Amino acid sequence: MRKFFSNLVASPMFSFYVTGLLFIILFGFGSVSFEGFFSPQVFLNLFIDNAPLIIVTVGITFTILSGGGGIDLSVGAVVSLTCMTLAVLMRDTTLSPYVCMPLVLLIGIAVGLINGFFITFFKLQPFIVTLGTMFLCRGLTAMLSRDSVGISNEEYGNLAFTSFEIGDCFISLGACIALVVVVIATIVLRYTSFGRGVYAIGGNEQSARLMGLRVDRIRLAVYVISGFCAALGGIAYSWIMLSGYTLHGLGMEMDAIASSVIGGTQLMGGVGFIPGTVLGVMIQGTILTIISFQGTLSAWWTKIVVGILLCLFIVMQAIVTEHRNKLMNLKAESSGKKAPKKA
Amino acid sequence: MQEKNDDYILHMKNIDMFFPGVKALKDATFNLKKGEIHSLMGENGAGKSTLVKVLTGVYQKTNGTIEYDGRLIEPKTPLESQQIGISTVYQEVNLCANLTVAENIYIGREPRGKLGQIDWATMNANAKKLLHEEMGIDIDVTKVLNFYPVAMQQMIAIARAVDTQCRILILDEPTSSLSDKETERLFAIMRKLKAQGISIIFISHFLEQIYTICDRVTILRDGVYIGEYDLKDLPRIQLISKMMGKEVREDDIESNVDKSVPEETDVIAFDHVTVPGKVKDLTMNIKKGEVIGLGGLLGSGRTEIAETMFGIMQKTNGTIKIDGTEVSVKSPMDMMMKRIAFCPEDRKVQGIIGDLSVRENIILAMQAKAGMFKHMPRSKQNELADYYIKLLRIKVSDREQLIKNLSGGNQQKVIIARWLATEPNLLILDEPTRGIDVGTKTEIEGLAVKLAKENRMSVVFISGEMGEMVRTCSRVLIIRDHEKITELNGEEISTAHIMQAIAGDYHGHA
Ligand SMILES: Nc1ncnc2c1ncn2[C@@H]1O[C@H](COP(=O)(O)OP(=O)(O)O)[C@@H](O)[C@H]1O
Ligand SMILES: [Mg+2]
Repeated sequence: MRKFFSNLVASPMFSFYVTGLLFIILFGFGSVSFEGFFSPQVFLNLFIDNAPLIIVTVGITFTILSGGGGIDLSVGAVVSLTCMTLAVLMRDTTLSPYVCMPLVLLIGIAVGLINGFFITFFKLQPFIVTLGTMFLCRGLTAMLSRDSVGISNEEYGNLAFTSFEIGDCFISLGACIALVVVVIATIVLRYTSFGRGVYAIGGNEQSARLMGLRVDRIRLAVYVISGFCAALGGIAYSWIMLSGYTLHGLGMEMDAIASSVIGGTQLMGGVGFIPGTVLGVMIQGTILTIISFQGTLSAWWTKIVVGILLCLFIVMQAIVTEHRNKLMNLKAESSGKKAPKKA
Repeated sequence: MQEKNDDYILHMKNIDMFFPGVKALKDATFNLKKGEIHSLMGENGAGKSTLVKVLTGVYQKTNGTIEYDGRLIEPKTPLESQQIGISTVYQEVNLCANLTVAENIYIGREPRGKLGQIDWATMNANAKKLLHEEMGIDIDVTKVLNFYPVAMQQMIAIARAVDTQCRILILDEPTSSLSDKETERLFAIMRKLKAQGISIIFISHFLEQIYTICDRVTILRDGVYIGEYDLKDLPRIQLISKMMGKEVREDDIESNVDKSVPEETDVIAFDHVTVPGKVKDLTMNIKKGEVIGLGGLLGSGRTEIAETMFGIMQKTNGTIKIDGTEVSVKSPMDMMMKRIAFCPEDRKVQGIIGDLSVRENIILAMQAKAGMFKHMPRSKQNELADYYIKLLRIKVSDREQLIKNLSGGNQQKVIIARWLATEPNLLILDEPTRGIDVGTKTEIEGLAVKLAKENRMSVVFISGEMGEMVRTCSRVLIIRDHEKITELNGEEISTAHIMQAIAGDYHGHA
């Protein structure tokens, strides 16, 4: 029994199990406490409301996984820039939304390229580089317009309100896209050389290089993916807001980092699991839902709870890592003595 | 060129390689025949790993040519060298601890399924089979690598390297963490590959292993090519002397000490002490009032023994007795309390704190021993500092001078003073004279002898310079491959004997 538990803690999926358990507990708590909480639609709403954050979190998780201080602080600003660009393009030009959307995706990719280029080729700290592009993008957004710009394009509005019925419930287009992104990212990270390369450079960049991986290319791609996801998240965000505004997506990068970490991604890189990070987003969403059902608490309580959770998860990661090291030392010792380990 | 060129797979010529401030390779040469096992020998820092990394594209040479299989190559990345058939196990473990064992073996060349996706099932099965058949180990390959001890990781790295189709296999000190049985396994694999015509570059500090498995050897010293030899024509003593750059002369006796070993009690005694991978089953004793030397090549394990004595490394087996009573040691602090002092090898890294004054550096160890918060009156500090500055004749303008502004020799004296201030019974000096001018060197040697003879202190003297040991020590333990080979006593101690003992040709009388 103890051995089972010890192995469980040492397993790389341990964080994921804990996050899953926490989600179930929170959702269970809500269901027991509030009438009407336990319904499929409340569950689906978590995806609908958080679709932009899920997409952005997937992107940022790639950068964290790639290690070497990997982070992308520019995502929130890119979301804002994307919304604003869409709004301004549709206000001032006659371009079809189907042209505008690829255009803003290109902007996201461009920002990712800039980030990746400076980080890989000039060996600059991701924190600083992406902080720079964050300011750049916020600034550009304000240049386009200081005020909120509404999106009134009919075609675009239809897109935003598209939803699919599942039984009695429905799910929005944005949520569907978020799910597709999650599935694709999970597959890429698990079943492609590129994906495994991301883990490898996050685990030990030097080793990865010696093993013949194209470290720089992988790192560059990671930031491009993050930029792309941020822009895609921005599109999903604009479907919810139907406007562009300089303060859109403010602090979203922090929510994304928090979700990723609560979902089991290690800030050191090399360890993490996309479905886990989705759970991280959902946990935040569930807390918010509980608070709105409760009715009297301020929404800021979400932040407080998330803050506490974050600390707990970081501590847990440290303990788990420690436990793993201990297990390893035990093994090393017993093999050093050439004696079988006592049970 | 006299030899037939097509006997050779590789010629590296006139290779120069700079690191900032260090010229790691100077006009180095390396020639590798097809289907041979070729050793690259040299002391630590001789440039062996650097030569390998230049070949595999990790570092870029500044000069020279590499001719591989009849054509000139300029590898820019490890990937390029892999693609042309050079497979390498680097000295530092080069795997990713967060990936599974199977992935570590196959990353970059994973088996693919129908859709081009990584086929995990096949990968795991292949990995299991490979480890079982080649290395004789059965482990769960789906566990992450850092679940396994270093020796196992080493075997996995070797498995990865031998599994790729290659023409040259490079093994840079692969056996340093392996047991005898695992080493045998590795040798079996190497022989098999050699029979298939693959050339192997094998780097190891273990002379036994070199003579067992290798055909030829290239010797490097300080980045310079010394020569290449057939091992069967090269006696061990010659190999050692070429690595160290010292000719062996039988009349090389330069003693200036009273060589009598004092008949006194043991200050410290090791009984079958083992530190995995660092110290092998060491039994020895140090008597009160003697200067005892630890001789051996760089990397032979001398420093590790000193570190075990000082509690930096912990034994897993055996007993350590101090003044006749067994002790359990958990940290250097325990040993300081038992009045043992240790001046480390690399004073820049481990010893001096450059921005503190000479006085502060001297009282540092005492302060640590007394407890960080116990205040020592300034007048006492001054008194102590002045006493040692005078005793050791440290050349300073005054005791408040910053230590970083002193010459190397004087810095070293400050470190010694720091430890003397703790009034130890046993003083360990690890390479105390490296990089120090001749005058100061003689002074430090003299000091060691004086402390032993006059103050009845025991001194452990570690030095790569044999003349120095001959001048100071009344007993020398010869260390090779982390193991005590023999002891030399009194008049036996001479440069020639020490070198022979390191080579394994001299067994003393102890
Ligand atoms: N990355 C590096 N940066 C600076 N100096 C280095 C580096 N690697 C090795 N050196 C220096 O180059 C020399 C040769 O080192 P190395 O090839 O590792 O020796 P060996 O493998 O023979 O022990 C040493 O003086 C070492 O200090
Ligand atoms: Mg080396």
